Amino acid sequence: MTQPDITSPSGTAIRHHLNEATLMGYAAGTLPEAFNLIVATHLSLCDRCRADVQAYDAVGGALLEDESAALADESLAQTLARLDADPKPAGRKKTATGDFPAPLQDYVGGDLDAVRWRPLGMGVKQAILPTSKAATARLFLIPAGAAMPDHGHNGTEMTLVLKGAFLDGNDYFARGDIEIADIDVQHIPIADVHEDCICLAVTDAPLRFTGILPSILQKFFRI
Amino acid sequence: MVRVRDNRDKVAFAALFTHFAPRIKGYLIKSGADATTAEECAQDVMTTLWRKAEQFDPTRASVATWIFTIARNRRIDMLRRDRRPEPEDLPWGPEPEPEQIHVLEMQQEAARLAQAVATLPPNQRSLIEQAYFGDLTQAQIAKETGLPLGTIKSRLRLALDRLRHAMK
Ligand SMILES: [Zn+2]
Repeated sequence: MTQPDITSPSGTAIRHHLNEATLMGYAAGTLPEAFNLIVATHLSLCDRCRADVQAYDAVGGALLEDESAALADESLAQTLARLDADPKPAGRKKTATGDFPAPLQDYVGGDLDAVRWRPLGMGVKQAILPTSKAATARLFLIPAGAAMPDHGHNGTEMTLVLKGAFLDGNDYFARGDIEIADIDVQHIPIADVHEDCICLAVTDAPLRFTGILPSILQKFFRI
Repeated sequence: MVRVRDNRDKVAFAALFTHFAPRIKGYLIKSGADATTAEECAQDVMTTLWRKAEQFDPTRASVATWIFTIARNRRIDMLRRDRRPEPEDLPWGPEPEPEQIHVLEMQQEAARLAQAVATLPPNQRSLIEQAYFGDLTQAQIAKETGLPLGTIKSRLRLALDRLRHAMK
């Protein structure tokens, strides 16, 4: 989705946003963990999508109002008893400083300097993040001016820029921008020349690299 | 809800429980839980509400919406044992004293939305329900119902457009 001139909390203009199905899936709770991670990270940078998710949450609230199932007899008494047994009230959520928003820092175990990179060749590096197997989340480092290996893919791939920027065809993606590529899109992101590009990429199917890596190595590198 | 948050009022909590716990249980059963699990999880959700009451912001969400998000997270945990990453708080944070007018606006919007959801045509309504309760992506709904993905998408879009229209 493209809409110009939206200012994010960090003050930069985000031009490439999440699509409707993804926003709704996040609110409904039907996305794989890796996609929840990229959505939560984008929302941390983007007011517009955050407001959209709140609207989809509200649809869930409205649907909830129409449901009903009889409770067990002791239900309220049991719950009231648990309130007293329960630990201290939870505090508010934290706000992160640094290159990575809080939800991403939780998965990395820190900010950019805590990432444990593995080289992929041509200066490109990746780090796979621990999520459930239904989809894969990993960080990429693409050296300034370098291209990601040429690849197509079987499923949906989303790429969120965290630092630097990349070009894909005529589209420019900077911090906070998210690129959504569906089945059979052949795309070649190239990092902007000014600095190395760090991005978070998630896929729900293994990538098929047609460039530098033969398929046996794909398995080895989990790309 | 505000009395639960600010005064730790158990009478107010009991009233919320009586209204919402059966709804949460119904939602969890529709999502595929058996009655015993749904009962346990509904109690968990209400306990979480008590524990996290401090995070409730009536200018951002109605009580039903906020409870839905807690129930949804509990469901993700129940069905898949996944973690659920949440966005961080906005840099400027929530307003310390929410203005009453915004709270009222949010309540009115929630009521209008509930009304709009209740009057959706059955085929749109059932798709929205599947999208929220079924633990299915749009592509999986297409497979399950045998409807083309394009039809699912356009029906969902129609439903959402109706809801948006109702909110204007
Ligand atoms: Zn956005």
